[in-house]
Amino acid sequence: MANTMTLISSVNVGAGGQATISFTSIPSTYTDLKIIGSIRMANTSGDVGVYFNTAATDSSDKNVFSNGTSAASDNHSAQQSIYIAPVNTTNQTANTFSNMEMYIPNYAGSNQKSVSIDNVQENNGTAAYSTLVAGLSTKTAAISSITFYGYGGGTVSFAQYTNFYLYGIKNS
Amino acid sequence: MANPTRLEINCETGVESIIELTDAEVAQMQADAQAAEARKAEEDAAAKALANLKASAKAKLIAGKPLTAEEADTLVL
Repeated sequence: MANTMTLISSVNVGAGGQATISFTSIPSTYTDLKIIGSIRMANTSGDVGVYFNTAATDSSDKNVFSNGTSAASDNHSAQQSIYIAPVNTTNQTANTFSNMEMYIPNYAGSNQKSVSIDNVQENNGTAAYSTLVAGLSTKTAAISSITFYGYGGGTVSFAQYTNFYLYGIKNS
Repeated sequence: MANPTRLEINCETGVESIIELTDAEVAQMQADAQAAEARKAEEDAAAKALANLKASAKAKLIAGKPLTAEEADTLVL
């Protein structure tokens, strides 16, 4: 059971947005990692993924999602990244952001890396997606960097004021 | 035209860097985007086909008409 939680680093996107966001040189001195994100994309494409260390086709995920009217599930395999969710875009209410939490147990171990993710969109409208994801990266090396990026292509940007907080959790 | 950028933060030093993506990284992102778009189109088409099948099955049940095997599959748990 975790008994400490320490902010390792945080990032806040400035004016103009960013195509990708990376935490690098993550220390291996914790037991687990937790990331909290407040996310909005600067265009209409809201699918976001995450990969550990370098991008490779080693990621898979299973997810369930609902939008207030219907629910469904999906899965992806042999992907460059683990799918996070549809996050807020310019299609949602102005100045609103998705809330995301990600937990990565035993990130510094030599086993494959599992991750659980939940995300909810905020929207003053008829639909807002909630998503739960169980993800896996078959990488066995310790996670030393984490990169977030949009699936909408190279021009997709995380909007200004998007932020991520990376916490380290120790069980002793 | 300059490529999009990555915001990178070094957790040891706290230093933030803005790095222009390489052409290869941009190409990979675009390929991922196309794959995601194709996947979404497939999922949307499958969902629409299922909804149509269910609607057809329901209409036939109400009208007392025989269902196709595909339509029956949408009703059998």
